Amino acid sequence: MAGYTAVTPEDLATMLDAIGVGSIAELFAAIPAGVRLDRTIDLPPGEPEQAVYAELRRLAARNVSAEDEITFLGAGMYDHYVPAIVDMLMSRSEYLTPYTPYQPEVSQGGLQVMFEYQTAISELTGLPVSNASVYEGPSAVGAAAYMAKLANKRARVLISRGVHPHTRATLETLAVGYGSEIVEIALDDALTDLEALRDALCDEVGAVVLQQPNFLGAIEDVQAICDAAHEHGALVICAADPLTLGVLEAPGNQGVDVCVGEGQSLGNRLDFGGPSFGFFAATERHLRSMPGRIAGETTDVDGRRGFVLTLQTREQHIRREKATSNICTSQALNALGGVVYLSWLGRQGIVEIGELMLQRTHYARETLAAIDGVSKLHDRPVVREFALRLDVDGDGGLRRVLERCATAGVNAGFALGSEYDEYRDGLLVAITEQRSRADIDRLAEVLAVAVAAERDAAEVTA
Amino acid sequence: MSADTQQTPLQLERATTIFEKGSPGRRAFRAPELDVPAVDGLLPEGARRAEPPRLPEASEPEIVRHYVNLSKRNFDLDSGFYPLGSCTMKHNPRLHERVAALPGHARLHPLQDPLRAQGALELMFNLQESLAEIAGLPHVSLQPSAGSHGELAGVLLTRAYHADRGEQRTKVLTPDSAHGTNPATVTMGGYEVVKVALDDAGGVDLDDLRAKTDENVACLMLTNPSTLGIFDPNVEEMAKIVHGVGATLYYDGANLNAIMGYSRPGDMGFDIVHFNLHKTFTQPHGGGGPGAGPIAVSDRIEPYLPRPQVVRRAPANGGPPTFDLDDDRPKSIGKLRGFQGNYGVFVRTYAYIRSLGAEGLKDVSEVSVLNANYLLARLREKVGDRLPLAFGERCMHEFVLSGAVMKKELGIRTVDLAKRLLDHGYHPPTVYFPLVVDEALLIEPTETETRETLDAFADAIAAIVAEAEEDPDIARNAPYTTPVRRLDEAGAAKRPRVRERLARSGDDA
Repeated sequence: MAGYTAVTPEDLATMLDAIGVGSIAELFAAIPAGVRLDRTIDLPPGEPEQAVYAELRRLAARNVSAEDEITFLGAGMYDHYVPAIVDMLMSRSEYLTPYTPYQPEVSQGGLQVMFEYQTAISELTGLPVSNASVYEGPSAVGAAAYMAKLANKRARVLISRGVHPHTRATLETLAVGYGSEIVEIALDDALTDLEALRDALCDEVGAVVLQQPNFLGAIEDVQAICDAAHEHGALVICAADPLTLGVLEAPGNQGVDVCVGEGQSLGNRLDFGGPSFGFFAATERHLRSMPGRIAGETTDVDGRRGFVLTLQTREQHIRREKATSNICTSQALNALGGVVYLSWLGRQGIVEIGELMLQRTHYARETLAAIDGVSKLHDRPVVREFALRLDVDGDGGLRRVLERCATAGVNAGFALGSEYDEYRDGLLVAITEQRSRADIDRLAEVLAVAVAAERDAAEVTA
Repeated sequence: MSADTQQTPLQLERATTIFEKGSPGRRAFRAPELDVPAVDGLLPEGARRAEPPRLPEASEPEIVRHYVNLSKRNFDLDSGFYPLGSCTMKHNPRLHERVAALPGHARLHPLQDPLRAQGALELMFNLQESLAEIAGLPHVSLQPSAGSHGELAGVLLTRAYHADRGEQRTKVLTPDSAHGTNPATVTMGGYEVVKVALDDAGGVDLDDLRAKTDENVACLMLTNPSTLGIFDPNVEEMAKIVHGVGATLYYDGANLNAIMGYSRPGDMGFDIVHFNLHKTFTQPHGGGGPGAGPIAVSDRIEPYLPRPQVVRRAPANGGPPTFDLDDDRPKSIGKLRGFQGNYGVFVRTYAYIRSLGAEGLKDVSEVSVLNANYLLARLREKVGDRLPLAFGERCMHEFVLSGAVMKKELGIRTVDLAKRLLDHGYHPPTVYFPLVVDEALLIEPTETETRETLDAFADAIAAIVAEAEEDPDIARNAPYTTPVRRLDEAGAAKRPRVRERLARSGDDA
């Protein structure tokens, strides 16, 4: 057995004697016979460290990761390079192994990291206040809609069909609890339909939710959406891709009230979907109703600068049923990765990486759309992701095309049909700084062959 | 056993943030070369950012030095004893970090075709099965991101269960000793919180429970052992009362570390259980996350579990099974978050369960209970008159002392004791929780601490109490040796400063 306990027979005798019992079993006497397990738990026996390593390695080898193929898969999480200093700092004992900084005198490291993280998120989003992280992107929207409801007591939320399908599903689930009605606003040629939005807006709408860039990669007219929503006193919640905010205008400068999002693209691994972090920033008036931990600056009894968890009267451990959220453990370590990454990228780098994605995305879109049987699903401006239409037979044909590409070592992207009935022939392609022109050209080559083969096969069948 | 009251070198440094370091134009990142033709005008009017965000401008060595030096201003579990009650601060095996970092796990995209993510899905399926066996409940969803997220899942499952039977219930019961997340979750789930009183032994008062249980009650949320470190012996009767009106029974798994291999929530009659993988299953706490809060449920709750579920499919021809994500769950409450959950946490938990096996998990609970009772015995022997046990004679994996006597007789409060412990090199226990105990001190040593550590900790508490008998001001003004001393929390809340002041654009040119 590979355990981490340390009781020798001598220890045990000394300890039982000090307690005044004859055996460990006596310490469990409070558990009544009726609820006591009368057998061993049915699990395989424990293994030594090297055997467990080998098993986890075997499982890892059964996955095709971004290390094993050229991947253009995005749709909410992206294969960006994680710099070595992020790994190094996230694995330091001092950051890895403490818990929530309830004792600020011995937690200044973690608290200052939170304060720096909040500053960086404020800067990125153009909003004055940020919390220290929430779980991840989609549930951050659910939390924002709850905060909006607390703010204006209105129980209807309008959400654009351009928002990530997982986010829309999550909001639907969570809103059942807090009693909000969710109404979807259709897309008009890949952008949130402004006319439909204006028609749906009224004084019962508490919040409007959009995503920038939206799920189809298109850049929304955030200002216009904000203007329409604010006319009716509704708050605007924007789920943003943080790594595009070096080139895209900050949502806070366009009228957004609450900007949230998935933080994975900021120095966090793909990890098959988590853990990453969600960010949550808002205008000043929402500071005292935000969910989650917030670090604040203060001084100690000798006048030294220091940091504490602040505004805790919002939180569950103080306010209990009147808290503004139930969140306790969130994603502090992942947020550390985020702020280290943003420091590494720096003020110039955040623009450069955005510009690089913008140019390569344009190149990829034009190159792929030139393939016979491939066209753009929409013509809207894009930054890092775009949608194509493949002239093959429904999503069965699309699936076979993707399979052919995968066999050639290229993951061509996300099949939109699994989430959008109206785009059963749609393919969502994501670009990161790790996908070079050569990679894009390789995708074009493989996709052209795959589409042609599918069209040939369909012709033969017909 | 006297601790220092002298200033230390770290206290001489003014805290400076990364935003105050570096210099305009300095950098760490080098962008890959632009290998495609540059095209102008790709962004529409008004969409392009006018001013770049004022992120730090620093070299890589500066960034490393900044965050390494900052890390030294943290106390951490790898350096010292961290008996934070209800948080299960046990050793974090480094094997787990190594296997979680394998590229096959760490660089796997969550939307990868399930046929190309068989290792991940097999791992998740096996973990579901293991957690089901540990909980004594047949069905598991790994999706919730933390304990409170699991609680919210449980409340929404309860709502869906009742709604499916055409019932609209309004209330959820929680005992006074519950974690704050329980009542906060109930509110977010759209129910009214009804508090149940405790009896003289620290368990749920059955008469009060009976009086408050009616057809409008949707659920009882319970932690067992409770946050008082007591296993409630009446749990079977409670289940009978609650099930009698058709309500569900929810188990907050924060204290599961105490009973593995001895008792299972499913066998106690619970319908829904959440696990804190960052507590019982040793995911590193990360300074406040990440964690994960999977849930296990009974047959009657299963149809409502979040989607997707990880499933195993046996091929008709008898070949090896394949694993898949099942999104086709018509009665599901839906999704609680994006993708499939905190997979990186699952990898670590899986490695832990494989390392320990059934016997090892039972050993965890035995030694955690042994260590807690031993530390309790040592403290009672040394300071029992000043810091009495709040309830009962013994404990499970944690126990609550009351500082009320110490406060009255010595003039120092629990917070003072906690702050003085910092000078002795310990992280203090949880303080002022549970709320039902005056001046509470909730101590959870965990199974991974040695007897010597427990002895030394008991000696430190005894030394602080003895010191206070002589001069209570020493504790009242503690700590002395930490990077900063007591901080003005009221001032921080009154005039919140939650971000660094940055120079306006152009000022730094």
